[in-house]
Amino acid sequence: MVREVSESCVDSLMTEMVACYCNRFYANKPELAARRIEAIGYQVGQQLSERYTMERPRFGDHLEAIKFICKDFWSEVFKKQIDNLKTNHRGTFVLQDNKFPWLARMSVDPSTDNVSSVEDYSAPTAESKAAQAMSMHLYFPCGIIRGALSNLGIPCAVSADISSLPACSFVVRIKA
Amino acid sequence: MAPVAPRSGDAIFANIEHVNCSWTVQNAELFTLTYGAIVRQLLTDLEEVDEVNKQLDQMYIYELCSTDTSDQGMVGVWHVLMGYNIGIRLIDEFLAKSNVSSCVDFRETAEVIAKVGLKMFIGVTASVTNWNAEGTCCSIVLEDNPLVDFVELPDTYQGLHYCNILSGVIRGALDMVSMKAEVTWLRDALRGDDVFELQVKLLKQVPEEYPYKDDE
Repeated sequence: MVREVSESCVDSLMTEMVACYCNRFYANKPELAARRIEAIGYQVGQQLSERYTMERPRFGDHLEAIKFICKDFWSEVFKKQIDNLKTNHRGTFVLQDNKFPWLARMSVDPSTDNVSSVEDYSAPTAESKAAQAMSMHLYFPCGIIRGALSNLGIPCAVSADISSLPACSFVVRIKA
Repeated sequence: MAPVAPRSGDAIFANIEHVNCSWTVQNAELFTLTYGAIVRQLLTDLEEVDEVNKQLDQMYIYELCSTDTSDQGMVGVWHVLMGYNIGIRLIDEFLAKSNVSSCVDFRETAEVIAKVGLKMFIGVTASVTNWNAEGTCCSIVLEDNPLVDFVELPDTYQGLHYCNILSGVIRGALDMVSMKAEVTWLRDALRGDDVFELQVKLLKQVPEEYPYKDDE
């Protein structure tokens, strides 16, 4: 029997967790807050991928594992699949979700043109503050992906790309 | 006009069985594991957030965790605060989607929390027992709790109130409907008891203030 809770439970928990780490614990240290949020996601990702691959044989190669993330894993967690997967066949994969559920309810200022990737911590202007808030939330799913892949034996780095909202892309770089 | 008699929890629940169908559910594992990861991370980080804790309102801390100022006590405090912030928002969603009318008294409120609220959000129903004579204090008993799926408390963390977020949520939600309450844990299944028992004590019912003066 699959237990269910309301969607708002997870949403509220996540929002509150990000708010706690960003505004209370590490109020002026966004890098530390980001790392903690990502670490929490990492733990969750490891455990989820453990549970969702219990009855499956090992994955043959990296591409199989990434496809598992895009299809089965994403469906279990977000009830939809990744919409688009790209790779350069040299260890970098881009997972694009055209309507990422956790971002779907965040309002965004459409005039943000100085936002490219999550790693940009430079001085917060009015536009990039909204982007920074959004990217804080994205550290959690980045961590989940990193944790899931790490549990499958694939160490990697994951970052989020919100340059083409409302689509959100997760860039996975596999460590050789 | 004769006062409306309070309905039993079952009657309330039966009435709203067919909740607004835009209510969405999600696999509980994500919720359980996320909460567990947050607790673990907080336990690890707590040494570094001591400075932040010192800035918190001292009275608030005393009110929440009395003499337990250990690390585990502090994690409990943070969870109540987080829960409180979640509760003050969740109540809006609850009221909007549950079609429950105003509760007549605190007895009904407690039944609604146990039978409707908890069911809607975390998918479990609780029971309400141990009413005091005045009807201002009761126990909400949960036999099943998704927060603690897969969880075992190691011996070194026996001081931790793992589910403290729930007490914050209830307190926050009640606060938003003008009821000041104190919510404490009486029994905790993770610490060896057989169920989870929350004591909810109504401290003060603040009547809703009409924002406009009648004669203006």
